[in-house]
Amino acid sequence: MPALEIIELTKDYLRGFWRKRPHRALDRLSLTVEEGEIFGLLGPNGAGKTTTLKILLRLVYPTSGTARLLGKPLEDIDVHQRLGYLPESPYFYDYLTAREFLDYCGQLFGLDTARRRQRVGSLLERVGLTDAADFALRHYSRGMLQRVAIAQALINDPDLVFLDEPMLGLDPVGRREVRDIILELRARGKTVCFSTHILSDVESLCDRLAILNRGRLHGLGTLDQILQLAGRASEVLVAKPSPALADALRTFGNMLRVAGDRLTLTVPDEKIYPVIDLIRQHGGQLLAINPVRTSLEDYFFEAFGTEKVPEVTLKE
Amino acid sequence: MQRVAAIALNTFREAVRDRVLYNLIVFALLLIGTAILFGEISIGIQTLILINLGLAAITFFGLAIAIFIGIGLVYKELDKRTLYALLSKPVRRYEFILGKFGGLALTLLINTAFMTAGFFLALYYVKRSFDAGDPPILVAIYFIFLQLLLATALALLFSCFSSPVLSAAFTLGLFLVGSFAADLKDLADALEAPWLEGVMRAIYYAVPNFSNFNVITAVAHGHSVPATLFWSNTAYAAVYITLVLLASMLIFQNRNLK
Repeated sequence: MPALEIIELTKDYLRGFWRKRPHRALDRLSLTVEEGEIFGLLGPNGAGKTTTLKILLRLVYPTSGTARLLGKPLEDIDVHQRLGYLPESPYFYDYLTAREFLDYCGQLFGLDTARRRQRVGSLLERVGLTDAADFALRHYSRGMLQRVAIAQALINDPDLVFLDEPMLGLDPVGRREVRDIILELRARGKTVCFSTHILSDVESLCDRLAILNRGRLHGLGTLDQILQLAGRASEVLVAKPSPALADALRTFGNMLRVAGDRLTLTVPDEKIYPVIDLIRQHGGQLLAINPVRTSLEDYFFEAFGTEKVPEVTLKE
Repeated sequence: MQRVAAIALNTFREAVRDRVLYNLIVFALLLIGTAILFGEISIGIQTLILINLGLAAITFFGLAIAIFIGIGLVYKELDKRTLYALLSKPVRRYEFILGKFGGLALTLLINTAFMTAGFFLALYYVKRSFDAGDPPILVAIYFIFLQLLLATALALLFSCFSSPVLSAAFTLGLFLVGSFAADLKDLADALEAPWLEGVMRAIYYAVPNFSNFNVITAVAHGHSVPATLFWSNTAYAAVYITLVLLASMLIFQNRNLK
């Protein structure tokens, strides 16, 4: 049984003050997340990642489509007993201490006092907040609040965890710790579904990922499968190219670089033989052809615009 | 039920950790104290002045707390997005509304108890004894408490769909109109145009009838409160609050938390 099954999920928002116009935030999204997977939702700002998570948590209602969480329909609130959720840019009751807040969350899951005390203590320790546990949250930094947010998402030892931008506001140490927590969850058979802008997190953590842009699914699968969608390429190294050869090669590939008497060209794999023929015709000296592994960042760059996706963006 | 209680207790905790609450209680107690001074310069009617001013202070400051906290009950959680973490847990939206109402009701109960204690201390200071005319004062305070619960339910309802300023204006407006509900009925009786009479009568029945709860003048003059009024006011408040809470739940249930 899949941990999460999203079927044709669509969400329209009405925008505008006088004349309300529908804006499609999510367009017939369908995907499946298997139990025990770390699944990444990746996409630029406004891609629909947060909307997807909010629909799954019943914070926002879908315009059409549905989903099943741990085999239960969206409408079944009882399944939330087995879910964890870290909201994007979380903000909590600033008059509570971290310990009080986590205890409150435990009460909402119906945990008894002894179990709450044990869970709160161990989670505070796990996110490195034991020393600050009894300070009011209003005194917490952005990164500390993010740690509290992660702890509250895990208070019920959930089977399926949704994390919306879990690395936001964290320093490198915090990011490493969150990565470790996510990997620990998988090791314990839990399913983690997280959204992020940070490509390196996806590359290092995810078993599979979905790429969203403007509410639509652009890619779904393992990282290798996604990058295959982007196409494979090879780097061609030519020695002593004539000016005529250099001009002719420009029409074939990207990233033409000339250093000294050497020319490097990245060529899509389907054009590799015409390029070799061209080099031969112009009497060029072919030094090497090396396969290039396209990075996720390159994929983004090519797929979604002229600007590279920033490492951290505050608002979706 | 456990979740409703947890939300209610957290709402109560939020209120008691807010300095504004203490400022309002101190002001109310100061006003009750001032009533003693007014009594001193009103020869022969010290008690009358004290009861009128004291109960008015309990109403006014209780209402201020009910509206001030009530209008933010849902809005603040939406605005600060604390609701996202809360509703992602196995919490039904109606449980959230009930918990929020329960928390503020508990705050008002304790706050009213404090002010009542202050008021009776002032009364004892003036009269140097308690007598048979005092129990109706407790009934008047109970009616004030019912009014505060009604106002809380209304503030909570408006908080589900409008900003705090508008919610405060709506709640206060309804409180004022409802306090003159008896006059609306008299006006309807006096009107000759049937449609206008119908409109007035409809408004009379729709707005919460706060005027029925006001027995301050009667108890200040030593009159008792009829048992029928006690029960009818209790039943009216229970029904009205239930309806308003149901409306709040319906609105909140259908809200998208963007």
